[in-house]
Order: sequence, then C-alpha cells, then structure tokens
Amino acid sequence: MRTPPGIGSQEFAAALNEFREAVGEKWVFTSDEDIKLYRDAYSPYWNEPEERTASAAVAPESSEEVQAVVAIANRYGIPVYSISTGKNLGYGGSAPTYSGSVVLDLKRMNRIIEVNEKQAYCIVEPGVSYFDMYRYLQENNIRLWIDVPDPGWGSMMGNALDRGAGYTAARFRNHFDAHCGMEVVLADGELMRTGMGAMPGSQTWQMYKSGFGPWVDGIFSQSNFGVVTKMGFWLMPEPDAFLKGVIHLPRYKDLIPHVDLMTSLENSRIFDGYPDLNSPVLGTPSLAGLHDFLVDGPERRDDEYMQLFTSGAPPEDYEDYGLRNKIPFWSCALTFYGPEKVIRAQWEHVQERYKEVLPEATFELREFYDLPLSEEQKEQVQYPAQFGIPNLRTFAIGARSSWNPAPPSDGHAWFSPIIPRDGAEILRINEVLGKASRELGIPMLFAMNVPVPSWERCFVFIIPFMISKDPKQNKKTRDAFRQIIKIAAANGWGEYRTATAFQGDVMDTYSFGDNALIRFHEKIKDAVDPKGILSPGRYNIWPRHLREQHKKGNS
Amino acid sequence: MRTILFFIVATVVSITARAGEPVRAFEPVTGAEVFEKWCSSCHSKGREYPGTLALDARYKGAVPGALEERTDLTPGLITYFVRNGISVMPFFRKTEISDHQLDLLNTYLIKKEEK
Repeated sequence: MRTPPGIGSQEFAAALNEFREAVGEKWVFTSDEDIKLYRDAYSPYWNEPEERTASAAVAPESSEEVQAVVAIANRYGIPVYSISTGKNLGYGGSAPTYSGSVVLDLKRMNRIIEVNEKQAYCIVEPGVSYFDMYRYLQENNIRLWIDVPDPGWGSMMGNALDRGAGYTAARFRNHFDAHCGMEVVLADGELMRTGMGAMPGSQTWQMYKSGFGPWVDGIFSQSNFGVVTKMGFWLMPEPDAFLKGVIHLPRYKDLIPHVDLMTSLENSRIFDGYPDLNSPVLGTPSLAGLHDFLVDGPERRDDEYMQLFTSGAPPEDYEDYGLRNKIPFWSCALTFYGPEKVIRAQWEHVQERYKEVLPEATFELREFYDLPLSEEQKEQVQYPAQFGIPNLRTFAIGARSSWNPAPPSDGHAWFSPIIPRDGAEILRINEVLGKASRELGIPMLFAMNVPVPSWERCFVFIIPFMISKDPKQNKKTRDAFRQIIKIAAANGWGEYRTATAFQGDVMDTYSFGDNALIRFHEKIKDAVDPKGILSPGRYNIWPRHLREQHKKGNS
Repeated sequence: MRTILFFIVATVVSITARAGEPVRAFEPVTGAEVFEKWCSSCHSKGREYPGTLALDARYKGAVPGALEERTDLTPGLITYFVRNGISVMPFFRKTEISDHQLDLLNTYLIKKEEK
C-alpha cells in the first residue's frame, strides 16, 4: 500500500482505520483500482514521475464527518487534499497538488441546505453541482437563476473557491464575489462560520457579507487554510425579458474607441449582461458562434482570404478584405436583462452613443425573449449559459469532430492572464504574446486573439494549450506554458487561475516587495495549520516542513 | 380520522419543505436516471452534444453517435470508458457513479439491443 510521504505503513493503516470509523468502511478508498480514479485526467504530467497522485481517498458526507477526518489527519500529520465535485478539469481535476496526499472527496456532501426565493439566495454543500441546483430550481418552480461556468457538472462552491466565472449579469459572473457567508472546518477539526453566520441566532448569514471584524472569506479561496463545507450564494431573480443587440464595426482601429465606450456603458450599468466581442473578419468565434465553430470548424473563405491567412498577415491587413466583402472587423453582442420596455430603451441608448462615437457602426437585434423560456426556446438560444442553463458543450474543445477527425486531444489547460479594459492593450498583448507563441511553437488559430470580458473592469486573455497522453508532447507544452507565464508577467499581465502544475510558476510572478504576499500566505499557513496537513502546495502555499524542497524550480 | 391524520401529516411535510429543510441533490436510482444525470449532457442525440459529435466523427455512420441508439454496447465496454475515460472525457469516481449505478447504466444501455 502506498503511504503519504513521511508516514509509516503501520501508522497509515491505523489512520485509515480511524477514517473508516468516522465515515464508514465503504467510503475509504485504498485499492489501486479506486485510487486511479483520483488522477487528474488532464494532467500535463500524465504517466510521468512528477504526476501528482493520491495515496487514498476518504469521502465524508457531513460537516461533522469532515471535522472527524481532519482531526484524525491532524493527529497523524497526514496531508489531505479536499475536492468538491472533482471536476476542475484543466486546473488539477481531483488529484492532489502534493503527491501521496489523501484526497478528501466531498462529492457526497450534496445537500441544498436552503433556497430562499424571496431574498434570492441559496446555501449549498460542496457536492452540489450547477446541474443539481438547476434541476432543483426548475422542479420547484423557483424563479431564480444560477450563474454557470462552461462545464455544468462543476461544484457551485468549488468553482467559486477557485474563483471561476460565468455568463449572466455582471454582479453574478464573478462566482466568489457572489458568495455570502461560509462554513469552514479548520485544521484542528474546529467548525467556524464567517460573516453574520458567526453570530448564534442571526437570520442574516446570506444577507450581509462581511459581518463584524476582518472579512476572512477571501483567504479560503485559491488556498489551503481550511475545508469549506457550506457556502451561501446570491442568485439572480429571473428577469422579465432578455435582449441581445450586436454592434458591428468595420475597422481594425475601431477597437480602441469601442472598448472605451463599451466599458463606460457597462460601468454605468446601461447593460449588465456579458459583452461578447469577436472579430468576424479574422474568424474568431463569438460565444454564440463558438459551438458551431467547434463542430464545423472555421468558416470557408475564398482564395484571397486564404492567401492572407497562410501568409501570416498581421490583423490590420484583413481590414480591406472585410470592407470589400462587408464582413465586420469587430462585432460585439451586448446583453440586457429586465422588463422589455427598460431593456429596449437601454439598447436604443447604446445605439445612440455608438452613432456619436463610431458613425460607421451598424446594429442588429440578435435575440429577444420573454422569460421564462419555453422548453423549445431553451434548445434554440444562442448560448444557454447566458440564461443560467448548465450544459457541457464546451467539451467539444479539443474533442474529435467532423472537421478535426484525428487525433483528438486528451485535455486542455488555459493560459489566462488578466489585462486592462483597453483596446490598445489588446493590440499590444497580441503583438507580444503572438510573437512569443510563434517562437515557442504554440499553435495560434487566428491572426489575433480576442480577450473575454468575463468580469467588469478587466479582460481575460486566453491562450488554449492542448494536453496529450504523450510525455514528449506534454513536456513541450509545459515548457511553453512556463515561458509564456514569464513573458506575460514581464509585461504586467498575471494569470487569475491556473492548473496545479503551474501554480508555483504563477505565484512566483506575484512578487512585489520581495515576495511579501507569498510570505504572508506562508505566515497564515503556519499559524492556522501548523502541521501543514490541509492541501499542501495548493496555489503554491507550502507548509513550513515542505517549503524549501518546493521552492521555485522544484515544484 | 385517518383522513384528518393524513391531512395533518401532509401539512406538516409541506410546511417543513417550504421552511427550507435541506434537500439532497438528485440521486439516480434507475439506469435511465444514471444516464440522464451523468451521460446525457455529452451523449444525447443532436449536435449540441460533444460525445455524440466525437462518436459520429469516429464511426462515420457505421454505428449511431448517440449511445442510447447503439445496439452493440457491451457491459465491459461501458464500464471501461466510465472508469478509464477517453480523449477529453474524464473517468468517473465511485462517489459520482457507484458500482451499483454503473451496473444499472450497463443494463439500461444494453437493453437497447432488445428494442
């Protein structure tokens, strides 16, 4: 039997017996057959010695059982790595960051503790997926929406704790920001509630986020300071109607005034849905066109266009082709939620503002729906996540399809730095990272990458990396990924989230003040988890006894 | 009396539900439900489903892309892919699909042959 590093086999056997007493025999997994299910299916180290794998897994089904398991682990000094649904694919999946850890699998904790329609909130356990919550809301005819990320089988809690994003109104798209109150099991097994939940008898745990005193919720995201066992979320009351209006712009340089205006309108709440920017002439898909793009491949174009494409022409060279063929250089779909009168007036105002700033702009009303959607309409909408409908369409990325018959990839990892809401910066990052990508052999599908406006006030610039089961290919991918992290950081562009394999590389770039932030994380770790048992290494926060060996270059 | 008792019990049950007692997420108890919860989002019939699209591209019409339409599936095959994954499809842990639920799924998908 494999044991966690530094733990003898007799000691481990004794701990496993205590785990079995705490959660039941059936829910402690130790056989090779069961343990391999805790591998990271998208590991960039698949089948290599550095692949991070578990020694065992324990699956409690309540906060009390988590407390018991953590207290046992703390007594024995056994590292436990917590996962919620374990579907954080591309970011580590269900595998631990520190090889040999016992995975604390919280999937069985799947209670929807409360949904309050009047106050528009819910409280959930870690095992509740977006699919689960959607089903519950639909079956009980509760007119609240969830904000879903691309894969609907993820955990509401897990995604928020890893600071994931979605597609409905701005105030719900940042999943961590939309939470309100949490319950946490600490390293010694103690149970803590944050915000108003810290006051016995309070009725406002999900109505006021910060309670009294330091607001500590943030330190439990992208970290390893406790095991979160419950979280509250603010949900979106189902709006009366949905409108999607598209602005088309003919010129390359229109990007700069467009981003300024779009940002001003969004910050002023003239629209609050996801602004979906793409370049039709460069062939980058919009959200609405993404699925068709993945299924059918790039749009077929004439010889003149293919000449531009194969010659590696810079993006501005496509402008003339677009003008002659009436293909917009940029399109941006703005989405509006609310009463019909209000959102039609908002869309009209948007058009007036664009006409003042960009007189060549043209407009198109793409989608309008009275809500709730009928079952038929649910199948017709351009992007279901913009209606809070969870799905798994995103897995068409890198999968086999009629235009991409072989070989399919075995997973993906995103390089996704945060960049300013500024058109000039979009052009600059494309120049810098486009050049770097070509030099590093990273395939770029388009003459430029268009960033996604997941959150207000910034863009996320995404470069996809395909993961394979071939170690040679993966080594190239890892080396390129690490290079691009450094090049981006040298320009002030930092990633918001990354796969476990690269968390050390990214954390190292947040180095202001002689790594003051990293050292602060470590001080907290030493204080709240002195034995270093909770998810060692998660987001590169290593406990004292493992710190030296995992410093830069060793992780 | 029995009616009154039933009424009281029913009222109590509905009041607790409204008061927001914790509810478990949907747990499949039949093979069809296992398919619906864990497979249908990728493997249903239609062009919105990546698993179906991938199988269509792989078999090019020799067998249907949608798993519920297949008549050639064997228990070993279904179990293998659920526990090993393929391409971008990950494998599933026993806390997600238990061995018992996997048996139900096998029975459900293999029964298709008799239809």
